[in-house]
Amino acid sequence: MAATRLSRCDVVSRATTEQVREWLDGVPDPEIPVISVVDLGIVRDVTWQGDTLEVAVTPTYSGCPATSVIAMDIETALRNRGIDDLRIVTQIAPAWTSDWLSDKGRARLEEYGIAPPRASGGPDRCPHCHAQDVERVSQFGSTPCKAQWRCRECLEPFDYFKCI
Amino acid sequence: MTEKDALFEYLLRLGDNALILGHRVSEWCGVAPALEEDIALANTALDLMGQTQMWLGLAGEVEGAGRSADDLAFLRDAWDFRNLLLLERPNGDFGQTMMRQFLFDAFQTLALAGLEASTDQRIADIAAKALKEATYHLERSRVTVIALGDGTEESRARMQAALDAQWPYVGEMFAADAVDAAMVEAGIAPDPAALRPAWDGIVLPALHEATLSVPDSDFAHRGGKDGVRHTEHLGHMLTTMQWLQRAYPGATW
Ligand SMILES: [Zn+2]
Repeated sequence: MAATRLSRCDVVSRATTEQVREWLDGVPDPEIPVISVVDLGIVRDVTWQGDTLEVAVTPTYSGCPATSVIAMDIETALRNRGIDDLRIVTQIAPAWTSDWLSDKGRARLEEYGIAPPRASGGPDRCPHCHAQDVERVSQFGSTPCKAQWRCRECLEPFDYFKCI
Repeated sequence: MTEKDALFEYLLRLGDNALILGHRVSEWCGVAPALEEDIALANTALDLMGQTQMWLGLAGEVEGAGRSADDLAFLRDAWDFRNLLLLERPNGDFGQTMMRQFLFDAFQTLALAGLEASTDQRIADIAAKALKEATYHLERSRVTVIALGDGTEESRARMQAALDAQWPYVGEMFAADAVDAAMVEAGIAPDPAALRPAWDGIVLPALHEATLSVPDSDFAHRGGKDGVRHTEHLGHMLTTMQWLQRAYPGATW
């Protein structure tokens, strides 16, 4: 009898996947902490497989060193919410694209000083002074997802989130 | 050779190309001619290492002998590697490094585009991911080769020397053998020989724009992708790359 009551209790208290996504939206990207792992578009799926919560995560770049840290941060965050039975799976297809960055994430990036990705392949304005006279310094930057640009108006260098 | 054996061999080629080039490029970390180039090279190496993990991980899975990507990378000796000879050659100067990158990136984008249509879904998925990165690498290596070729007298001379030294290693990329034939037959991979016209279409105009002369010899060194005869450079590279696992077997952190 007690066991039955316990399991019914478990069902009632099980977090919905929407709730889990909300919690994950509180997990910051380790390299760009102003955006969450949900903003980054790498949380591809949240499902209950029986009593196990499965979170599918896709890497941004295949060699991105943050990938394993992100998996650990997600696991820690969910365990702190009381979810003990969970599995994080790496899903590589479809391949991550910067199009999956959320609008909230794009706005936060710019406030933080990182120009958000654009289909044209370059930023439309300086994230500091909003001048449009900008030039590329290098196709690569401090993390795999960024390139280096410079503003010719305020002369400040800035990161641009690569569009791939 | 069974289809499984051929698939394992083929995956080693994909993984070893990424691993060996990735390791070579990583040797520039901290010593590249400019900070921006240092960062670009390190990021390129990182992408290649990520691709290595996927290809060798799948190779180990296909082999079914319990070997992980790390086991394959760190516990094989030179004769078991299946990378192109071009990629194991020492970096030389920055110009040689970028020329090698360009010649390979052009090939790799075409090979990965073909693999995206593989009948093996696992391969198609990895290829789609890797192609995005390879395309980005090609964009940079192409522009750099053109800028250095069509640059100063010294940079042009160095780029011509780089092209002359590496040209005899180009042919191996397109030389098809029994492993390739088995992959084509199974619809798993494109025929490397068939990629040559498209490669010429990318490389030759860029070399022309770089004011470089294409060597007229078609002589091609062989022996990397089939492991028959690697250059003496590979073993030296592996002594550095594999040192930790050889000295402290099973070490983790
Ligand atoms: Zn500005």
